[in-house]
Amino acid sequence: MSQLTHEIREAAREFLRDGKVQTVIGFEQGSLPLRSRPCFIRKEEDLEKLVWNGFCETNLARYLPKRKGKIAIVAKGCDSRALVELIKENQITRDQLVIIGVACDGMIDRNLIEADMSGETIVEVKEDKGILTVKGTNSEKALDRKKYLYDHCKVCSHPVPVIYDVLIGQKDLQAVQAPVIDTFSDLDDFSSLGSEKRWEYISQEMGKCIRCYACRNACPMCYCPECFADASKPQWVGKSTELSDTMVFHLMRAFHLAGRCVGCGACEQVCPMGVDIRKLNRKLQKDVTDLFHYDAGCSLEETAPLATFRVDDPESFMVEP
Amino acid sequence: MNKSGQWEPKIVGFLCNWCSYAGADLAGTSRIQYPPNIRVIRVPCSGRIDPLFIFSCLQNGMDGVLVSGCHPGECHYLSGNYNARRKFALLKSLIEYVGLEEGRVQFSWVSASEGVRFAKVVEEVTARIKALGPAKKLVKNISGGSFDVSAHP
Repeated sequence: MSQLTHEIREAAREFLRDGKVQTVIGFEQGSLPLRSRPCFIRKEEDLEKLVWNGFCETNLARYLPKRKGKIAIVAKGCDSRALVELIKENQITRDQLVIIGVACDGMIDRNLIEADMSGETIVEVKEDKGILTVKGTNSEKALDRKKYLYDHCKVCSHPVPVIYDVLIGQKDLQAVQAPVIDTFSDLDDFSSLGSEKRWEYISQEMGKCIRCYACRNACPMCYCPECFADASKPQWVGKSTELSDTMVFHLMRAFHLAGRCVGCGACEQVCPMGVDIRKLNRKLQKDVTDLFHYDAGCSLEETAPLATFRVDDPESFMVEP
Repeated sequence: MNKSGQWEPKIVGFLCNWCSYAGADLAGTSRIQYPPNIRVIRVPCSGRIDPLFIFSCLQNGMDGVLVSGCHPGECHYLSGNYNARRKFALLKSLIEYVGLEEGRVQFSWVSASEGVRFAKVVEEVTARIKALGPAKKLVKNISGGSFDVSAHP
């Protein structure tokens, strides 16, 4: 059991025993290696299930909108930023929450590991001081953890939760010493392509979409009781997997997340078709930062960028005859 | 198509009830000539424009979209157009980023007294969209691509 797991359990135990919360939302070991799954704990004896490792990538804030009662939630940097946005959007109140913040070293993309094990079934994974020891059926490999992070973890500028009631694991964290400043340089290559090339790439990506809505369902900020994609009176977006419909679905979803997306990557993690969804979200994130100087999920006080305005907002794009 | 068989763009104009629609009305009553390519849809405020309206137009075979509202500071609802302006800035940037042609979707401010300006805006928007040619990228192909929008003017 890692130190972090132990600390999370002890923190949760305290809140649950005192009756400060009724539910603890955290992670338990999944039934396969490389998997941790969300769990809801209501009894003290179940706390032994809680774990913390490099596969706790799910954004737990997803489970909060409109939830009743007092809840303790294990939150990484991105989860906490989603919490901030949810609190601001009145989906949950701060008083309801006890946030067990965990400073996060980045989550590991199991697909990258599986690709490296050349088809071998992985039976066990151990993490220790930045080294992953992956045991397959026939071989064992020691891998550098840093190389197997999710793309969004590589550009994460908030590894430490922005709000929390207890904070765990900060002193062991390398990222705290050298925080990443997100300059959106991952978009440079794409933006410098010609318009036709960009359309080609985006069409190819969105063309893969099967409209399973996993991205929407995993997104902590997609909590509308009725999504525009499900609305039928009037039906604005067709439900087909034809490029035009998938494209409009993704463009609109990205747009609805403008100034709200915290870049947790939940959409891409769950996509069964490997669609590059973050290409759109990142662009809007960049524009919101550049034009309106707003970074989603960083402050409880700042108004959401599309709910406010400045008299001198940029308008050079308008037609001036 | 016009009478001589040349392609003419179809443009949707979303005009706000209080300024641009009245501006268009003034252009009409003043007998100012402007291209007939625009189809006007009256909306209560430019802030009413959902990007979905715009995508829907492009999906259904429109070649361009113009959204026009009151000048900043003159909104009937005080801040509708300010809020809209932020949305438009992001939308325009996103549309161009994904590789839809620059200029398909345009935004302008026209007040109720600016009939001449309205005509000029429509002229400019039409010229730009004409130069781009028919919009094909986002057009929805009904049942496997046999439906050609240009065959159904």
